[in-house]
Amino acid sequence: MSTTRIEVAKTLKLYINGSFPRSESGRTIPVKDANKKVIAHASHASRKDLRDAIEAANAAQVKWAAATAYNRGQVLYRIAEMLEARREEFVTLVRTIEGRTKSDATREVDHAIDRCVCFAGWTDKIAAVLGGKQPVAGPYFVFSMPEPTGTVAVVVPDERPMLAMLSLALPALAAGNAVVIIAPMSNAPLAIALSEALATSDVPAGVVNMLTGIRSELCPWIASHRDIAAVAGARLPAAEATALELGAAENLKRVCLFHDAPKFDDDAFWHSPFVIAPFVEIKTVWHPSAL
Amino acid sequence: MPDSTFAYAPAPESVRPTLRPEYGLLIGGKFVEPKSGKRFDTINPATEETIASVADADAADVARAVAAARKALPKWMKCKPAERAKLLFRVARRVQERSRELAVLESMNGGKPIRESRDEDLPLVAQHFFHHAGWCDKLPFAFAGATARPVGVCGQIIPWNFPLMMAAWKLAPALACGNTCVLKPAETTPLTALMLGEILQECGIPDGVVNIVTGGPAAGRAITALAGKGVDKIAFTGSTEVGKAIAKSVAGTGIKLTLELGGKSPNIVFADAALDQAVEGVVSGIWFNQGHVCCAGSRLFVEESIHDDFIARLVRRMEQLRVGDPLDKNTDVGAINSRSQLDTIERFLQTGTTEGARKHEVSCTLPKKGFWCRPCLFTGVQPSHTIAREEIFGPVLSVMTFRTPEEAVQRANNTTYGLSAGVWTEKAARALEMSNRLSAGVVWLNTFNRFDASAPFGGYRESGFGREGGRQGLLAYAKLGGTR
Repeated sequence: MSTTRIEVAKTLKLYINGSFPRSESGRTIPVKDANKKVIAHASHASRKDLRDAIEAANAAQVKWAAATAYNRGQVLYRIAEMLEARREEFVTLVRTIEGRTKSDATREVDHAIDRCVCFAGWTDKIAAVLGGKQPVAGPYFVFSMPEPTGTVAVVVPDERPMLAMLSLALPALAAGNAVVIIAPMSNAPLAIALSEALATSDVPAGVVNMLTGIRSELCPWIASHRDIAAVAGARLPAAEATALELGAAENLKRVCLFHDAPKFDDDAFWHSPFVIAPFVEIKTVWHPSAL
Repeated sequence: MPDSTFAYAPAPESVRPTLRPEYGLLIGGKFVEPKSGKRFDTINPATEETIASVADADAADVARAVAAARKALPKWMKCKPAERAKLLFRVARRVQERSRELAVLESMNGGKPIRESRDEDLPLVAQHFFHHAGWCDKLPFAFAGATARPVGVCGQIIPWNFPLMMAAWKLAPALACGNTCVLKPAETTPLTALMLGEILQECGIPDGVVNIVTGGPAAGRAITALAGKGVDKIAFTGSTEVGKAIAKSVAGTGIKLTLELGGKSPNIVFADAALDQAVEGVVSGIWFNQGHVCCAGSRLFVEESIHDDFIARLVRRMEQLRVGDPLDKNTDVGAINSRSQLDTIERFLQTGTTEGARKHEVSCTLPKKGFWCRPCLFTGVQPSHTIAREEIFGPVLSVMTFRTPEEAVQRANNTTYGLSAGVWTEKAARALEMSNRLSAGVVWLNTFNRFDASAPFGGYRESGFGREGGRQGLLAYAKLGGTR
């Protein structure tokens, strides 16, 4: 009798509204490691899965936005705590799938965890930095304040997906938006491991949803969906970027594809409040001021 | 009301904090015996029983603490801001974990009701560390266009009314900006700060970054005496009298100074206010924490047309306050912090009556041991009365009237202080305009005594200068230069 233990393979599903359903389409796609060996089968998200995720996100966003900024900060910090506990798993996944060295993979994972900590600290400071009282020339008390824009579709590029997913999702989340992350199929194991960490952190169900799918297939549907308020992406192929911007122009959803952005490990750019700004609306409130 | 059929059953808090019988000084990452060789007992003001023995630092001990802070400074300044942030986030989490124990200790050592230490002080302590942890790596956005550098070694002297909260308000922004600290807790309430010292060590704050010296006024003076000679910044919260003495002693040294001092804050109730809500606001404004609150709404201005009705409601509500064991979860008003503070309050009560105001006080019975004062209010107070001008720092409210909004503003601002102000009106335009006209660092509209780590707190005029909390609070702990 062989002494080799048969390992239990993980079924990769989607992450929608706090649960892990299979794609309604029943489709899967093989995921290969750096040596082209099939290591898993990922759910291939369909247009219907996208709609379900958006519906869940919109429902959850209202409560997430209503939570205090301090509370949201603690929840984002909790994500960092959960990721730290699974740090080795993420490093292994990055190495296996992308064939990178241990130190390179570790650097990316650590950077991603630290980015969560950074944005945990942004939630209760966004208003101080992006808003303020306005000294209008009249007897009015006027202040401008940032509010979340709604549900943000996060379109993740192929490069450094661990850092990319969090770099693009955290600014939107910090401001009180819900997100639907479109992760590349090639990195589905990583995206789902991240979803599992999110599911065991204190992030309310539906605030973060994860779809693994073929980006070029989903992009036009994201762009034309009326219940998505904004799209976040970076370092995407030109054709996909154009498809997003063209379709989004239909209902003027905000599209922020950070065209000139530096690489994701550039903290000066990716830790700044100006990566949050595209995902807030500034609301200016006027009130008379008189005894 | 102990004889009443409907008297409350006692609901004592059962947790007891883990305490050492004796505490040393936290210097360079170790609890050490004081060179002074002197110690004193710290007591529970509700029972007068000794809780622990603490060190009484002298000038040599303070010099040692400052030297330890100086030594720790270069490395701490160079610590990557994002890494510093992670240490402070840990502190916030650990405070949350140990908050029940800290709350009980705060009530034992300071006399405040457990309901307040548990629901107000401790959540704010954790929030201050959490909020400022987040600032560590965001200082470039707090001070647009300027480079923020640490000030250096900060001498921080804090009062006994919110012992742990004041420690957090001082330490969190200082550490976030990369400074090192020598903290002196108040003589009567050193214990929660010492427990915080243990927490900071548990969390890996490097040795010497925070040093805690316990003692009396001499230890405080020893810190300010080192201004410019090892101490680069003094932050003080306490009485205006001591604040002025500190300002004099550091004059000419070139160091940075922030003072959060006394107040005689107005709480203004218009006839169009939601009266029952206003009554609650006035109650929390003056009887929160036995009135040991620098921003207490100790001068009540009621629009003349509603004076009698409002005072009747207020007296009726005041009578419901439960005075007694700070560790009882039903207690509203706990013990006066110390014998000497009780003596001070009693002198003011005497003066109030002598000068012609009329006292209304709660008719409860007080415990036999400990320091207690019945919550009370004075009507018929004139602006010239002592109790209308001087800070009492006790559960004593002075009531006056006004006829027009302009008069309310004028009378409210007629003080040398300017810490806070409250306004009660259902007219939003009036509320906002009142906030423009009141000379106070914090204005509460239809609420009172609200605090948040993101909201700057501090005074105008003789209530001190500098702010604590939020982006503006960081200014006190940063040296701003060009883009060098």
